[in-house]
Amino acid sequence: MTDAPTLPDALAEIREEFLDLPERERLQLLLEFSRELPALPERYESAPGLLERVEECQSPVRAFAEVTDGVVHFYASAPEEAPTTRGFASILAQGLSGLTTQQVLDVPEDFPLMIGLTRAVSPLRLNGMAGMLTRAKRQVREQLAA
Amino acid sequence: MPAPTDPTPRLAEYAHPERLVTTDWLAEHLDDAGLVVVESDEDVLLYETGHIPGAVKIDWHTDLLQPVERDYLDGAGFADLLASRGISRDTTIVLYGDKNNWWAAYTAWVFTLFGHEDVRLLDGGRNLWVAEGRELTTDVSSPARGDYPVVERDDTTFRAFKEDVLAHLGTGPLVDIRSPQEYTGERLHIPDYPEEGVLRGGHIPTARNVPWATAVSSDGTYKPRAELEAIYREGGLGIEADDSVITYCRIGERSSHTWFALKYLLGIEDVRNYDGSWTEWGNAVRVPIAAGTEAGQVPGAKATAQAA
Repeated sequence: MTDAPTLPDALAEIREEFLDLPERERLQLLLEFSRELPALPERYESAPGLLERVEECQSPVRAFAEVTDGVVHFYASAPEEAPTTRGFASILAQGLSGLTTQQVLDVPEDFPLMIGLTRAVSPLRLNGMAGMLTRAKRQVREQLAA
Repeated sequence: MPAPTDPTPRLAEYAHPERLVTTDWLAEHLDDAGLVVVESDEDVLLYETGHIPGAVKIDWHTDLLQPVERDYLDGAGFADLLASRGISRDTTIVLYGDKNNWWAAYTAWVFTLFGHEDVRLLDGGRNLWVAEGRELTTDVSSPARGDYPVVERDDTTFRAFKEDVLAHLGTGPLVDIRSPQEYTGERLHIPDYPEEGVLRGGHIPTARNVPWATAVSSDGTYKPRAELEAIYREGGLGIEADDSVITYCRIGERSSHTWFALKYLLGIEDVRNYDGSWTEWGNAVRVPIAAGTEAGQVPGAKATAQAA
């Protein structure tokens, strides 16, 4: 784990926070993240259709990576009864927001597998976060192309 | 000593009323000696946000499955898991969970593979308990260790493997409980989502599609017996009491919910769940697949008829 690729500061900090904890306690940290998922800004609150629905066999989550003046903000909303999904969304909201478009595009696809949750959460569930990250990158690319 | 059966009249109609409990009954029996409530969810954190007082958690990914091979834990692992949750061999287990009890039913099915006698589902699951404003707690239960024997898993009575399904084609009902789009093959995976890795779409030939949700009322409880009969038996799928039935979905969780209904609510004796399900079948080489809305033929049946 020593030659991990360079991550933007916020994501690197999140990664360290998780890896510093014993495996069983990492779920508690994910739970804390789920409670910190920022509320949606007014314009999304009133028009949730602006957020893309990420459908999966797991819980419904709506998310959008918005580019303003070259800076990315990641917004997401997921139901209270889906704390794991909220936790994943919150990690990305805190880790991606404020990055440049290029920094977001450079985030390793396997970031979700780097934070030590593979055994506590399971790889299949982590696919949920990988999916959100993949979509966020596509949304950034689409806005850059527009 | 098993806990008493929930005497609710609605449940008494089912073939095995002792397999379901109502939220009212559970609220009254939470402190019964010899009864352990187990929460099994799709969301691995939901239990931590609040659970039924005294309930312990068993997670299907991290507790029931082996970390490397695609299979369930062995007898020693199971004994250790249950003992650690304060469960003994004669404990009455009441399971509940999110998503209309999909994972609770799946856990119930796995417990049944190990022959645990008294496994019940909380009808309506976590949603109904919460919707009724019943008590939840974040206190983590730390029960005294149970006394659980090492029991070998029975992989033949309630579980079907791919080879069993192949041999079953044309001999008995096969129930595909996925969504209609998954059944026809129209939907292979969710657009833009990392693929769960299924290469082919469609269904196992001869399977009939009855999405799992067909079996539940709007509050998530199982439909009354007469309605379930109309769906799965005469006038519906036409399953006979002495049929051998196999259920499947993508990984065997939603089909556990239907397995439970067929086996315990309708009393069909021989019902197996194919846990390999579509994530195995849709990737397997040279197995027959039917696409579209038609159930499809038993492979080879047509050719034989022509030859005759």
